[in-house]
Amino acid sequence: MTQACKDPVIHNQWHPLTSLDEIAQGLVHDTVLLEQPLSYAMDDTGALHVWYRTPAQPAHTPYDPAKAGNALPARSKHGYLWTCVGKPPKDLFPVPELLEPDRQNVPTGVFGVNVSAGRTIENFLDMGHFPFVHTGILGEEPRTEVKEYDVEISESRDEILATRCQFYQPKAALASESGADVEYVYRVPHINCALLYKSSPGFEAEGRMDVIYMFLQPMTREWTRAHTGMCVIDLENSYQGIRCFQQVIFGQDKPILENQFPKQLPLDTRAETPIRADKSAIAYRRWLSRKGLTYGVIPAAV
Amino acid sequence: MKLYDYELSGNCYKIRLMLNFLGREYETRPVDFYPGREHKSPELMKLNPLGQLPILEDGDLVLRDAQAILTYLAHKYDPSGQWYPVSDPDRLGQVAQWLAFADGITATASSARLHDTLFYELDVEAARAGAHRLFRVLDEHLWFAEQEGQDWICSGDHPTIADLACFPYVILSEEGGVSRQDYPAIRRWCDRIKRLPGFVLMSGVFPTSQSAA
Repeated sequence: MTQACKDPVIHNQWHPLTSLDEIAQGLVHDTVLLEQPLSYAMDDTGALHVWYRTPAQPAHTPYDPAKAGNALPARSKHGYLWTCVGKPPKDLFPVPELLEPDRQNVPTGVFGVNVSAGRTIENFLDMGHFPFVHTGILGEEPRTEVKEYDVEISESRDEILATRCQFYQPKAALASESGADVEYVYRVPHINCALLYKSSPGFEAEGRMDVIYMFLQPMTREWTRAHTGMCVIDLENSYQGIRCFQQVIFGQDKPILENQFPKQLPLDTRAETPIRADKSAIAYRRWLSRKGLTYGVIPAAV
Repeated sequence: MKLYDYELSGNCYKIRLMLNFLGREYETRPVDFYPGREHKSPELMKLNPLGQLPILEDGDLVLRDAQAILTYLAHKYDPSGQWYPVSDPDRLGQVAQWLAFADGITATASSARLHDTLFYELDVEAARAGAHRLFRVLDEHLWFAEQEGQDWICSGDHPTIADLACFPYVILSEEGGVSRQDYPAIRRWCDRIKRLPGFVLMSGVFPTSQSAA
């Protein structure tokens, strides 16, 4: 099998392809992962299949196992279908909140972004842009300061954790009635996946948090499929209202992301000048460097 | 008045702009266009058998098609007749000409954006090339208009619905990989629209500075 990309770090990962919600059962769907055309389907029994795309099984036709191309591993987790084009890791990071019965897991849609996955994760981790890009919702001038927060790389779980993040938000969530200082926790448990936890309106006292996640599928080095979703304790707002709120936010981020230059993420610490508020981004770049990732990034000069 | 609306749709944005410029109160009915495809649901197909947004309900009237809705709103709710100059045949002809041009922008620049962002299956290279062909025509037209002291697509001192019809998918073009770098007159015209009183943003559109002049 010819591989368009040779980086073992990115090959040996589980990558998301679609939310289970969006699969039309019994039909073939096409997508692209790491420049490889792939197809996937959910058969009549609900089992998931992923394979290298073949002309014998075009998209939108009924799935026929006899005609499907070389099979790839398929895994259902967090409401999404995942696959791996290299050696699949045994585990995929856990999200315990997704299993709590009083939450809704709302996939808010998958969007194409003309930028690398790394740039997209970094924007997701950044609080400094809230007042300027999400004006009146996630921030507003003059309250633009990013207060000191903590970042650690957990060795046992191999993930980045940013805690004690605080930001003033005029409308932190769909269920918010007024502005408030909102507490954030960020997790990066996978090179292309990040989650943020923020205080859930009405549940602050219990310390329970809403979860917003972004699972990225690198189609090419500079074109990413961003699977976005929320897992909220919000029994009042409709599924659709939550979706719409999240799409407004992501629609505001998109042009900012697409204007990043270079589109791939520079890992050399001297390539861009960070400020204190970028602590989590710096940790992320170092973490990717240590893993030896080369796909979708500009590796540091040795 | 009720607008069946999707936040990320440029065609819905045209109507929101018009209603804001006219200072009209309206109600929105958010439609789960993506990923829910609610515009193809039986309820909405009954209102618009083409399965598209926007749709406007005003009293007993149900209208589809962004350009048609702009025409209706401007003629009905702008007593000054500036936005849709029905009493001036020359300008009215120009407006109609550029409304048709706006449909071409939707077919090209908007299609490229749908391909890159929402994974519509279409020939994106053809869509981008088509958008550049139209942008060159618009840029040249606006450049010569500026030489005559004219700020808007059609002649006269006031913008018309032709400006509103063309603006959204021009300003969102980069999301479809269509750069506006080579079209300076288009960029200046976009800034002038953003400075109009009553201008509102949508996701993906950012404010501009106030005029230096």
